[in-house]
Amino acid sequence: MTVITTRSLAKQYDGGVRALDDLSVTIDSAVVSGTETTGGVVGLVGANGAGKSTFLKIVLGLLPPSSGTIEVLGLDPTVDGELVRARVGYMPEYDCLPPDISAAELVTHFGRMSGLPKATARERASETLRHVGLYEERYRQIGGYSTGMKQRVKLAQALVHDPDLLLLDEPTNGLDPAGRDAMLDLVRRIGAEFGITVVICSHLLGEIERICDYLVALDGGKLLRADRVDAMTAGQDELVVEVEESSSDSGRAGGGRRAGGAAALAELLRSREVEATHDGRTVVVPLVDPRTYDQILDAVADLHLALHRLDQRRHRVAELFARAS
Amino acid sequence: MTTGVIHDLGYRRYTGPRLGRGYAFRTLYAHTVRTAFGLGRGVKAKIFSWTIIGIIAAVAVVMTAIKAQTGEAVMDGPQFVDNMATLVILLLAAVAPELTSRDQQTRVLGLYLARPLRRSDYALARLGGAVTAIFLVLAGPLLIMFAGGALSTKDGASGVGDAAVDTAQGLAHAATHALVLTTISLLVAALIRRRAIAAAAVVAVFLIALPAVGLAQELGGSEGTTELVSMVSPPTALSYLSVWLYADGKVPYSDDQVVHGPLLLVYAVVVIAACTALLVARYRKVPA
Repeated sequence: MTVITTRSLAKQYDGGVRALDDLSVTIDSAVVSGTETTGGVVGLVGANGAGKSTFLKIVLGLLPPSSGTIEVLGLDPTVDGELVRARVGYMPEYDCLPPDISAAELVTHFGRMSGLPKATARERASETLRHVGLYEERYRQIGGYSTGMKQRVKLAQALVHDPDLLLLDEPTNGLDPAGRDAMLDLVRRIGAEFGITVVICSHLLGEIERICDYLVALDGGKLLRADRVDAMTAGQDELVVEVEESSSDSGRAGGGRRAGGAAALAELLRSREVEATHDGRTVVVPLVDPRTYDQILDAVADLHLALHRLDQRRHRVAELFARAS
Repeated sequence: MTTGVIHDLGYRRYTGPRLGRGYAFRTLYAHTVRTAFGLGRGVKAKIFSWTIIGIIAAVAVVMTAIKAQTGEAVMDGPQFVDNMATLVILLLAAVAPELTSRDQQTRVLGLYLARPLRRSDYALARLGGAVTAIFLVLAGPLLIMFAGGALSTKDGASGVGDAAVDTAQGLAHAATHALVLTTISLLVAALIRRRAIAAAAVVAVFLIALPAVGLAQELGGSEGTTELVSMVSPPTALSYLSVWLYADGKVPYSDDQVVHGPLLLVYAVVVIAACTALLVARYRKVPA
């Protein structure tokens, strides 16, 4: 199912700020989750001011694009905003909770506002609050909640009507490391187990990439890259080899030309047309295909070195972006 | 501990009916009426509203008792409504910011706008709910007066008929009052984020023009001048309107006649329409 698709989407504010520029991107739940089922977590990343919040507001039909087209769940939000919003949940970045009512009342009310009949809204509100981890405290006034609890209430009001698409704007804002992990784990579960496609906005790619199946990176309103996380890291994995520091050389160590085992190994691999670099005691070899392992082992054996370590190192997407910029 | 067991039920998708924009509008409308009466909110929210509602009801009870004892009505239905204008304004000073400023101050408005609802729907549901609440506050006491009048009348069916006509006129004027005063109050409050300031502004808007009206009345002026000046003070203008509509144009406690009746009627309609349009325009712009 195509969740969001845009063509040359642009948004220029009255003040002249160009928040989005020629953005064409398609988020398909089958591609995101990599299976036939719906769901999955999409990370929408970019620096502050990259256009993330503007994008979410256009998806919700709250802001008209300056040019270009957008479709959300097969509907045009500029025309059928209400129909889109009935099936989308939105958790804003800012604090948006009234202090003087309880979480149970608030979430029930917004369940009804989203189209749930009264009794259903009440039932789903308490279920949803339980799913986000609020139990007895849901009957207390929100004014007395911690930041973490407030974030959970904000998530619950976006989830209460069982949307097909959930938009989360910086959900970890203001949370301590433990609260951050709990929130991200919850988001991952919503995408994986609830069958809801989640779009999570963050300016901290390193923080959210571990829960994302798919990433859309924005920079200055333009699309930087959109792909599955495993595709982004594919071909980027490396093998780290550590060998004994040339014991065979130790007998004639007096000359000062003590060639390290690592250096020798790297040299031999390069002569066999394997891209290898050595860094101190380790040799790093890009993992091209399974034969790479054989080539390394052959080279180690030919040099009569003792192999201490052979590790596969997985790249983090954040490093790729850091390297690119 | 049974919560662990419940927790393991897992997430359930919702496959039932999803009611659309009309339902969201009605839900917000009903919520607004309840909020205006302080229902579903703390004791603090109820005290002020219900004190004023209590005073208005008490006046009606006293009026009814006097009429039952003496057979003479102290004031008729429309007059009762006009005399309650100050109390209604005080009530609006509490209610209007609660319905408009609060959602902006707490930014809960952003959550409303993310629902299957348009910005104009939000404004009109809030306005409709507030008008309904103010109308009910006036209509309840009028019905008490009708019940008392009809039960205590010594003129039989014609007495009941008179009481019914008077009550109908009172209800019609209550509706006019509710519409004019509420649209103005909601518009003023919607422009201000801070609740306390919005409350003060609502009262100020109605009070600020009173000296002008007082001055015009003192100066006497030509016939009808006071009516024209009174248009800067909506409650005064409405009292002239009710005299023209329901009391043959004869201003009580004076020899004056209302001469600009039709103009006052147009004035009331224009105020309602303009304030409603401006309120909707405000909510088209207000940042969520």
